[in-house]
Amino acid sequence: MTISTIKELLDAEVLCSEDSLSRHVYSACGCDLMSDVLAYVKDQGVLLTGLVNPQVIRTALMMDILAIVFVRSKMPTEEMLELANENGIAILSTDKRLYEACGILYSNGLVGNKVKS
Amino acid sequence: MSEPLVFRFDVDGDDFTSAGQASVQVKKNLRQLGLLPEIIRRVSIAMYEGEINMVIHAGGGKAEVQVDNECVTIILEDKGPGIKNIEQAMQEGFSTAPDAIRSLGFGAGMGLPNMKRYSDEMNISSVVGEGTKIVMKVFIR
Repeated sequence: MTISTIKELLDAEVLCSEDSLSRHVYSACGCDLMSDVLAYVKDQGVLLTGLVNPQVIRTALMMDILAIVFVRSKMPTEEMLELANENGIAILSTDKRLYEACGILYSNGLVGNKVKS
Repeated sequence: MSEPLVFRFDVDGDDFTSAGQASVQVKKNLRQLGLLPEIIRRVSIAMYEGEINMVIHAGGGKAEVQVDNECVTIILEDKGPGIKNIEQAMQEGFSTAPDAIRSLGFGAGMGLPNMKRYSDEMNISSVVGEGTKIVMKVFIR
């Protein structure tokens, strides 16, 4: 699934790294606990979260996550956008809740999430 | 590389929101060295969790990353309160972090287990009241 498709499915706004919309993601993770995100390697994934602080961007960066979707209309700070932009991580914001946003992506085929520790 | 490359960082313990900056820099440096993405990812996650731990529990500390032909070695040293029971601290879900840290997405007792998960070797030496030193190795080949 491309980041662009995620944007459409979640009716999301793209806040940075718009040039990466054509990139493909193969797995997803819906989580507010960054240590859990860090516990399992997922290739070329998207992170959906309601947590807003710079550690979310750094966690994504460490995990080579390609896109972050902030749910419930949460907006990242300028500092967070800058860090994401520098590293080519796409940032999206949707008014949907975490459960709903994950469900929409899952039911549209973004299910691949083979866990390898 | 005949001589190991060494990167040193001071980890500022005052501000949780800036924690992880050294790990971001290490990731950049290792990319420039052309290491495999998988190795870079393991090193940077292990170091990131360590850095977060130093900020939460020890008021910061020092980090050193050495790269040679065989492995990447991460040395984290702090003068914090030390770890009373290392075996207990290594269990997933065991945490002594304050609630405020949990609301920021950490402090769930996954830090040390994650560091072990992503490193090939991990050694913790800690003295209560004096500090903690953690050495992690990720083998390149």
